[in-house]
Amino acid sequence: MTTPVIGDGPGTTDAASIVAEGRHRRRRRAVTVTAVLAALIVVAVVVSLSLGATGLGLGDALAALVGRGDRLSDFVVFRLRLPRATTAVLAGAAFGLAGSLFQSTLRNPLASPDILGVTAGASFAAVFATLILRVDGPGIAVAAFAGALIVAALMWALAWRGGLVGYRFVLIGVALAALVQAALGYLITRADVRDASRALVWTVGGIGDTSWPAIGVVGVAILGLLIVVAGVSRRMPVLQLDDDSARSLGVDAGRARAGVIVLGVALVAAGTALAGPVAFVALVSAPIARSLVRGGASALAASALVGSLVVLVADLVGQYALPGGISVPVGIVTGLIGAPYLLWLIATGNRKGSDG
Amino acid sequence: MTARLRAEGITLGYDGRTIVDDLHLDVPDAAITAIVGPNACGKSTLVRGLGRLLKPSAGRVMLDGRDLNQIAPREVARTIAVLPQQPVAPDGVTVADLVSRGRHPHQGWFRSRSSDDDRIVADALAATATLGLADRRVEELSGGQRQRVWIAMVLAQRSDIVLLDEPTTFLDATHQLELLDLLTDLNRDRGATIVMVLHDLNLAARYADHLVVMSAGRIVTSGSPTKVLTASTISDAFDLDSVVTVDPVAGTPLIVPIGRHHRSAPGA
Repeated sequence: MTTPVIGDGPGTTDAASIVAEGRHRRRRRAVTVTAVLAALIVVAVVVSLSLGATGLGLGDALAALVGRGDRLSDFVVFRLRLPRATTAVLAGAAFGLAGSLFQSTLRNPLASPDILGVTAGASFAAVFATLILRVDGPGIAVAAFAGALIVAALMWALAWRGGLVGYRFVLIGVALAALVQAALGYLITRADVRDASRALVWTVGGIGDTSWPAIGVVGVAILGLLIVVAGVSRRMPVLQLDDDSARSLGVDAGRARAGVIVLGVALVAAGTALAGPVAFVALVSAPIARSLVRGGASALAASALVGSLVVLVADLVGQYALPGGISVPVGIVTGLIGAPYLLWLIATGNRKGSDG
Repeated sequence: MTARLRAEGITLGYDGRTIVDDLHLDVPDAAITAIVGPNACGKSTLVRGLGRLLKPSAGRVMLDGRDLNQIAPREVARTIAVLPQQPVAPDGVTVADLVSRGRHPHQGWFRSRSSDDDRIVADALAATATLGLADRRVEELSGGQRQRVWIAMVLAQRSDIVLLDEPTTFLDATHQLELLDLLTDLNRDRGATIVMVLHDLNLAARYADHLVVMSAGRIVTSGSPTKVLTASTISDAFDLDSVVTVDPVAGTPLIVPIGRHHRSAPGA
């Protein structure tokens, strides 16, 4: 700090171009990452359309997509495989984005809805609605939202101490998650065998048997939420700071954080209603996206795309890449990827002594 | 003396526990005010109340004749910037990115980042000698560098009033002086009103135009350091015996504290 220059001293134009250049570089990187992820998603979708028991080549799948397929390939693509791929993209985006919103707003990489029991709340409510209330279709999504919201509100009430303390939130969330999981287990064991197997999708997460109407309803909800998130994303850089700094920059931290969490809860509920609680997608997507984009941004768009890609690829692995030709629901595969990541996060997380 | 920022009988506290009780304060415009006092006397709480980080349970803080808590947060943020005691940066953020977040109160739905913002951010970086660190990650910096970056973020906010809660903590002597010199530049060159909580009485006496001495949630006395800093005031506020002499460099009061040991000099 040799000669401090305050105000418009000489040379500030050069300095401004340094700042502008850095800003452009960050922006270019974010745009590039987003474009590459989107391209990879398209590739994964097309690959998923051409794989399966019915030997459909890449060409047949593409022909069906552009409306030039025969009846068999039309049926296989539009009735069996495209709904599955669309579900993967939508649910993955919802979970990835929700994780990014939670982690950025609560300033803790562990504070993702699947660790905090919010996803479990959604799946419990969905099972409850299916088995006890006997509702179907959009009713399940509404129930999932209510369940997720109740868990999140409970957590908020228990963790609030005139502000949110990150680790406190996580510990309370983990306890609530265990509680909700137990309740879910109880519901399933009590249920009739056939009902229970139908409800099983809500406990592991699977995208095998979604239908276009269900996709349509939840898809519209997710797209609506994406628009709202785009609106509030301007505040995310400030909400990534501590409460006092955020308030000093004119953002009412408590209220803004609560609003962002409600958005995240809605996304979790939508994703769960569609695909069940696909394990750990919310936890891993944002950190992957942030390490790709770099520079400490919350990387919302990239997180959503990483979520889609993770679910797509994990489902392909679960269907076709396991030894012995067995196929498992996507949630089991993401669990296998996510659990070691969680262990690594806990092992390395507090080394710096920070909770963000 | 005019005061755009005033506290009118404010009571501040947490969870029903009162820290600051019925306090009146006029913050002199375009001057440097230092708040001193023993630990837990309510200095930080007062700064949080003045900066709208904490709502008074009684009384009100007035900014330009309006109740601070009735003004929209973003509007307040364009006039008052607060540097909290321990601000936290997001993981992986670069210096320029963090400092540019100080522009947030000036950006709206239809007015996003502009070349003006780049220039202001560059100014703030240059003023704090952090331009060379622009692309570095904040977590890689030393404590002194990091504190300068946070000051740069506050400067980028371009507010007329700047409140700082113990800005010199964690800094060595050299960096403490650099920081206080920088704040003095800000005050003299731009006419900024500065309020800071300081622990070091001698630095407070040297750099403040206006000194506020607090104890147990109240203001013991306030005024120019020369008038305010007497042995009896320091004894009242800090429960500390001392000799007050003249700072050979600045001519301001120099407080030499007296402990139980080492009292061999004549006159002590």
